Amino acid sequence: MLQRLRPDRLGLVLTGSGLVALLWLPFVVFKTNRIVPGVPHALLEVLPIPAALTCLAAWILVAVAALWSRHARLRLGAALLGIIMLAWAIAAACNALTPAGNQVARVAPGSGFWLLLVSLALVATDAVTRLQPRPAQRVLLLALLVAALSGALALGLFDQLSMMREYAVNAERFVRELRMHLLLALGSLAAALLVATPVGILCHRLPWLRAGILGALNFIQTIPAIALFGILMVPLAALAAASPTAAALGIQGIGAAPAVVALFLYSLLPIVANMVTGLGRVSPSAVLAARGMGMTAGQILARVELPLALPVILTGIRIVLVQNIGLVAIAALIGAGGLGAFIFQGIGQAAIDLVLLGTLPIVAISFGVAVLLDAFIETIDRVPR
Amino acid sequence: MITIDHVSKQYGATTVVDDVSLHIERNSICVIVGSSGSGKTTLLRMINRLVEPSRGRILIDGKDAAQEPPHLLRRRIGYVIQGHGLFPHRSVADNIATVPRLLGWDAARIASRVTTLLAALDLEPASFAHKFPHQLSGGQQQRVGVARALAAEPALLLMDEPFGALDPIIRNKAQDDLLAIQRKFGTTVVLVTHDIDEAFRLGDRVAVMSAGRVLQSGRPAELLRAPADPLVARMIGTSDRALRLLSLTTAGEAALAGTATGPQVAASASLREVLSELVWRGAEGATVLDAAGNPVGQLNVAAILARGRSA
Repeated sequence: MLQRLRPDRLGLVLTGSGLVALLWLPFVVFKTNRIVPGVPHALLEVLPIPAALTCLAAWILVAVAALWSRHARLRLGAALLGIIMLAWAIAAACNALTPAGNQVARVAPGSGFWLLLVSLALVATDAVTRLQPRPAQRVLLLALLVAALSGALALGLFDQLSMMREYAVNAERFVRELRMHLLLALGSLAAALLVATPVGILCHRLPWLRAGILGALNFIQTIPAIALFGILMVPLAALAAASPTAAALGIQGIGAAPAVVALFLYSLLPIVANMVTGLGRVSPSAVLAARGMGMTAGQILARVELPLALPVILTGIRIVLVQNIGLVAIAALIGAGGLGAFIFQGIGQAAIDLVLLGTLPIVAISFGVAVLLDAFIETIDRVPR
Repeated sequence: MITIDHVSKQYGATTVVDDVSLHIERNSICVIVGSSGSGKTTLLRMINRLVEPSRGRILIDGKDAAQEPPHLLRRRIGYVIQGHGLFPHRSVADNIATVPRLLGWDAARIASRVTTLLAALDLEPASFAHKFPHQLSGGQQQRVGVARALAAEPALLLMDEPFGALDPIIRNKAQDDLLAIQRKFGTTVVLVTHDIDEAFRLGDRVAVMSAGRVLQSGRPAELLRAPADPLVARMIGTSDRALRLLSLTTAGEAALAGTATGPQVAASASLREVLSELVWRGAEGATVLDAAGNPVGQLNVAAILARGRSA
């Protein structure tokens, strides 16, 4: 009996922090315009009484599930209910605080909101981990999440939220920077794949080459991103000055060129290293059998070695993609564009809402890409080897 | 079929195969037996040019194997290795279809060949074709490996310790299957093993290798009666050589005219088995029956014992 009453440890921590967030921390901060510091409000003080009671009831429900339920499904359901309630509560708080028709005043999520969101997200991910969903189920869950978020945004539920106010002003530029961001991340990955694939195969075939190349790539990985951008400025600027063709292609000391080159260099190590590991794991007897049956070296590579190494290679690509999506943000410093432009502009103007407009999509995209690629890798890696 | 003509293989200063000459007849099973490091696997791999000879040449059907591009040569020669070497990411059917696809057979021909081979190896085509290698038992994997090697109807099959990874009971069954398959398809088989019992059981001819040289090659009975080298004698063992000799001859081959009063034995049984049966029953003679159950002759203890003598 006592066993049954002992609360879940993670649940205890998360409901505790949730309680603090709910009762004491500011749930939202109301600002009359973009720059002023704003007035903090707790959730229960902002909402009308029925709404506040509904929120409280929902929180108690989630807390009970997180503390005492051992059913992962129930815990996941409770956490998702909590997140939906949280979204509804912040939309309600916006409506309650913003004077009608005011396009300048804005409501920023406060520390209480973020703490609640993180707590609920942790309960949800913990439940998902316990459920061990199949790849297709994980993708479905992600799709539902994306659909719900897009629906809420399309309905304008969060229009009075500070980040959405920034978005409304910057909508056109946001799309442009988002496109640039993805282009930089994917373009450098594609270039890295073109180079790393043959290099990886060579490293696999020629062991004496391996240590040297992996060592060099490892060294590149240790250079901080900012430093690498700086180092690349000099030769690229010189190249642009010396060759009109290069300059016409858009190569210059700052901008997209050094960003792509740096991301390309960072991408090489994970792909080459995983390629070497993946090819090294291929069963020698399968390769011997392939040779003995009359496959040419190219056929062995294309039909036996690469397919068998693919899950490991894709894991490398996943690392690179998530890494690049994050690193592109820094590339905005040297004028490469991308969502990082909002971040640095926001930092410069002390406009935290603008920083979030750049940051949150980056986090969301990284998360989505990781979930999708993980699911894909697991799907093709069902054969033990 | 195959003539191995003064072939040597050296790696640096080490001689792995030392001036080996061997002739392998069509439609026969030749077993190369030797301990590890004797050069038997290297010799086998020189036939399909996975290893290139340092000296000498290998003729297949009178043509020098070195004249043909190695990958084309290998597509004509079946190859089975220890631990099967199946492709883990391909289904059983796709594994078997490997060489026919390399040769550009059309899909219908490949499909019918896969079905034929699975059936010939006691693997129900409908339930096995779409399985993956990791879903099969060791014995089934080994059979798929043999089916894959036979897929493109090769006249020659090379087998490198094909049954080494199997437990004894499954190994006996696999050896019987190989004999049946060899008879059915008429394939010439060169098989490498370290197991002398396997060599005598399977080989029409047995070549004993040690330290890169063939010490003796010949019919199993010749090796038993007259080992040409002390090492061959030691490998074969002397304690039960008479019984080994008896196990090489069938009752049908040794049967004398007439009938006997004792038990009835099958013509396919070995003399060793017939002798055991006579000892067990305390009988002096046995009637030999063919597969249809008709008497074809008789055997007595004295006639059997005569077959086990050294000369």
